[in-house]
Amino acid sequence: MAEASTRETYGKTLVELGRQNEDIVVLDADLSPSTMTSFFAREFPDRFFDCGLEEQNMVSIAAGLAASGKIVFVSSFAIFASCRCFDQLRLCLSQPELNVKIVATHGGITVGEDGASHHAIEDLALYCALPGFTIVVPADAIEAAGAVRVAASDHGPFYIRLSRPKTAIVYPKGYHFTLGKAVTMRQGTDATVIAVGIMVAKALEAADILARQGIDCRVINMHTLKPLDDAAVVKAASETGAIVVAEEHLAQGGLGSRVAQTTARENPVPMEFVNLGDRYALSGKAEELLRRYGLTARDIEESVKSVVKRK
Amino acid sequence: MAKKLRRHVITMTATAGSGHPGGSLSAADIITALYFKVLRHNPKNPQWSDRDRFILSKGHAAPILYAALAETGYFPVAELATLRKLDSRLQGHADRKFTPGVEMSAGSLGMGLSFAIGVALAARLDSKTYRTYVLLSDGECEEGQTWEAALSAAHFKLDNLTAIVDCNGMQLSGWTRDIMNLEPFTRKWQAFGWHTIDIDGHNFDQILFACQEAEKKKGKPTVIVAHTIKGKGVSFMENNAAFHGKAPTWEEAERALKELE
Repeated sequence: MAEASTRETYGKTLVELGRQNEDIVVLDADLSPSTMTSFFAREFPDRFFDCGLEEQNMVSIAAGLAASGKIVFVSSFAIFASCRCFDQLRLCLSQPELNVKIVATHGGITVGEDGASHHAIEDLALYCALPGFTIVVPADAIEAAGAVRVAASDHGPFYIRLSRPKTAIVYPKGYHFTLGKAVTMRQGTDATVIAVGIMVAKALEAADILARQGIDCRVINMHTLKPLDDAAVVKAASETGAIVVAEEHLAQGGLGSRVAQTTARENPVPMEFVNLGDRYALSGKAEELLRRYGLTARDIEESVKSVVKRK
Repeated sequence: MAKKLRRHVITMTATAGSGHPGGSLSAADIITALYFKVLRHNPKNPQWSDRDRFILSKGHAAPILYAALAETGYFPVAELATLRKLDSRLQGHADRKFTPGVEMSAGSLGMGLSFAIGVALAARLDSKTYRTYVLLSDGECEEGQTWEAALSAAHFKLDNLTAIVDCNGMQLSGWTRDIMNLEPFTRKWQAFGWHTIDIDGHNFDQILFACQEAEKKKGKPTVIVAHTIKGKGVSFMENNAAFHGKAPTWEEAERALKELE
């Protein structure tokens, strides 16, 4: 599978957007070479503000800029752009619904060797708890570009979570991103895997393996966690009768919790969850960590088999 | 006028049965000077793009801000009686979503200076000449974010930004010097790269003069360290931490209003 970097795509997309709209400003917290906002900084030095290692300050500054009519992109690593500044996100962005886009790179455990302090595995739960935030986890670089463009044109606070390593390309070039509309990546009738981010590619891989074993598995990319595409969940539940949710996140508060809430209310079906459970991960290579903590195509395959048995 | 605003604070908090009179009264003269003399603003058009911005970082002092906004015409004075009531535009802490003239939602301390930096940076980007004023409490300078902001305002050389600290020396449970000592306070701001002016925060002329001096200072932001008395104007509230977050009873309110006649 071809791969591309979501954060490099983000950096390039920001430059394009910056050329189109003078109101776009970008803030970073001493991580621009990694978040790739450095591209924007180079082309638009007057509209780029490095806030240093002051994430709380950065989020509140972003609010002040947004209240003055700017479209503000704020970048850092996902761990610092969530846990470090949560009260600021709540009071300065969520409550007043200001037009700030938090685009965080280095989400999940695929950050790898830097270890538990740098693994953002609770960020989705935190952001899902903030009313008014739109939350997107793109599956690949093509979708990342689409999500960033939509964030720039839609009003209100956004959280977009990107990855450190390159991500498998799951879409053809002409793919058009539609906010809040889940994408059925593959049809199927026996069960549905609903996945986000890097787990979408793994779900597709698992569906191929399952097909060879006679299990016809649907794969849905639920790129927008909030607002959730309830209709796609309900349809999957009623048409396939079993759901597996796969995400690079803790068990609580992320996509699994949101999908389960919808199925519990609308159409309860057997569900399984592929995630990190309730624990922190160690330092290691990204692929090693995904294997160790149960986030591989093989893990999805096993979960689908057990959920199908419960139908 | 300051006395009138103080009377509103007493009546509003007594009517609401809760609220923060102490820190509202200490800021009354500063707020009066700003809204009636310093700020270029248009109460009939709160979104006027060239208005000077006033940001209340100490969001619990909302009653004094609401009193000034009502008296300058942002909304009817009668509406002050709805403070903290369900469906009122006057939330317990200042909230930009609901109240005309309120620039920032506040209430969790330490965020206002940062917000003001964003507003001041936007002025620079848009070549606007408006000034940004932000009112902090000394107690909230215990929040680390205030000092992140202090560093960055100086770093960005924001001479279009004036911070005013309502230095009443007290916080919820007592004297700041006992709870978390901030001294030497003015020297800290100097060390962070700010132009500093110490004043008596209840002296109208000193407040106005300091605001003018701040406007003339180029290349760095200015902080006005305004020495004030918590509960100023009501004898039994002065220097009394009990009235930080407690409304007066009706009996107390009557005594207070008599003192403020």
